[in-house]
Amino acid sequence: MEITSTLFTAKAIYVGVIFAITLGVAAYSTYFERIIAAFMQDRVGPDRAGPFGILQPLADAVKMFMKEDFIPSQSSKWLFIVAPCLSMLTALMTSAVVPFGDKLDLGGDVFLDLQGIDVNIGILWVFGIVSLGVYGILIGGWASNNKYSLLGAIRAASQNISYELAMGLSIIAILMLSGSLSTKTIVETQQNGHWNILYQPLGFVIFIVCAFAECNRTPFDLPECETELIGGYHTEYSSMKLGFYLFSEYINMFISGAVMATLYFGGYDYPGYEFVLDKFGMNIAALLGVGALIGKALIFVFIFMWVRWTLPRFRYDQLMGLGWTGLIPLSMFNVVLTGATMLFTVNGEGSNWMTVLLSWAGVAVMLVVTAFYSQSQYKKKKLATA
Amino acid sequence: MKLSNKTKVLEQGEMTFAERIYLPAIVGGMGTTLKHFFSKKVTIRYPEQKRYLGPVFRGHHILKRDEQGAERCTACGLCAVACPAEAISMVADERKKGEEHLYREEKYASVYEINMLRCIFCGLCEEACPKQAIYLQHDKMVPVFEDRSEVIFGKDKLVEKMDNRYLREGWK
Ligand code: SF4
Ligand code: SF4
Repeated sequence: MEITSTLFTAKAIYVGVIFAITLGVAAYSTYFERIIAAFMQDRVGPDRAGPFGILQPLADAVKMFMKEDFIPSQSSKWLFIVAPCLSMLTALMTSAVVPFGDKLDLGGDVFLDLQGIDVNIGILWVFGIVSLGVYGILIGGWASNNKYSLLGAIRAASQNISYELAMGLSIIAILMLSGSLSTKTIVETQQNGHWNILYQPLGFVIFIVCAFAECNRTPFDLPECETELIGGYHTEYSSMKLGFYLFSEYINMFISGAVMATLYFGGYDYPGYEFVLDKFGMNIAALLGVGALIGKALIFVFIFMWVRWTLPRFRYDQLMGLGWTGLIPLSMFNVVLTGATMLFTVNGEGSNWMTVLLSWAGVAVMLVVTAFYSQSQYKKKKLATA
Repeated sequence: MKLSNKTKVLEQGEMTFAERIYLPAIVGGMGTTLKHFFSKKVTIRYPEQKRYLGPVFRGHHILKRDEQGAERCTACGLCAVACPAEAISMVADERKKGEEHLYREEKYASVYEINMLRCIFCGLCEEACPKQAIYLQHDKMVPVFEDRSEVIFGKDKLVEKMDNRYLREGWK
């Protein structure tokens, strides 16, 4: 009884801390988004609120709260209110299965898993929640009773569904490697530097492209568009409801960074883990692991922003073409390639380096073959037109 | 029709393989933005940092004193006539005996006001003045005012302080 209650309190504290970290990171992402945008455009960025503008997120929040909370008279009132909440809720729920760290020793044989819940379908949970996320946008667009909002929402829905397919297929290769759907197991198989990125270069590229699309970030930010849609699915939203939508985008970014770190970059693994474990004990090592995971996630957040301030967006047909005719066949090839590399090592014959080499060589061969094929097609077309 | 030799015909054929998989171009573009990320910024953190605006910038007006510290303005009103925004108004007065150290000429402006909300900082008052009395300072801006009662600047704000004399670049 004693043990369970300690564990319960510890878990509650852990959940609270993760919640706070997620919200804090999301809030400060809005600030760093502007700073990074400014720096990449040779400006200094917002610097009025507090020193170097570090109170900007607070100022934004106050502004959001002060705005008139407007509900269009012809909208479906309840759905209109529920939609942004749904967006926020789904954005936050994903972090439950991300293992933020190893175990903490609480004394007296009580160990706290630094993970919300270790469900054995961990990665499927992520997928389920992420695909629920599109409901927030779709319901919001529909409930606004505005053509443009609806168009934006439809774009968002079809985009998310298209890219979820490729994303799911790229994960299958990970499942083949680790043999489990549990995020914890996936991380544990990557300990000591056996990060999946070494075995899955192609899978990672596919996954990160899909992650951009799922988060509705540039170059796939088609649900929002001023020129065509006046704004997008949130045209009719104002005040904190709009704030929820914008905020959930940043939460999604952080969480997808954490998921990518979990799946491809060894989760809470970091170089020198054994050393720290020896010298300073389990708790310090685990906490450093939490820091490592959050650091990796933040690097991904930076990449999200970096890409946003580099690239223009896709046209809608290009987006669909890339998803259906580019990424899905590629991820299928990736599954086959992973299977082939596993064949060589299944009996423990070839070393790990062998697998790594094979995975990269496979991608290289695929690229060369496709390049030659497309070059020959190109020449043929040229001959035909000449 | 060819207008210059600078025209360059771009052949927009089908995209090559490298172009069609986007990634090389994306990485190249990200390199460019990263370069700018670390490059020197062209903007500054304004009210804390300020730039030198040059010797001909037209800022806060000043009513000059001469070397002995007497006000140069003789209230001739030419500046008020020249002012396209009709921002200047003044009241002339006669110099009394014993005030020679205060006012250089026999007639002086006992009230001299510029409405800074009307002023367009054209500098015509400076050009019109026959006594070299009014100048627009190149290194000082009119402070921000938040109330309409603050917009009319009288002599207290305009006349040059003796311990803080105004010198423009190129003056001796
Ligand atoms: S600067 Fe121009 S507008 Fe201003 S007071 Fe002088 S003449 Fe008038
Ligand atoms: S400032 Fe110059 S132009 Fe204006 S009233 Fe005085 S002397 Fe005349």
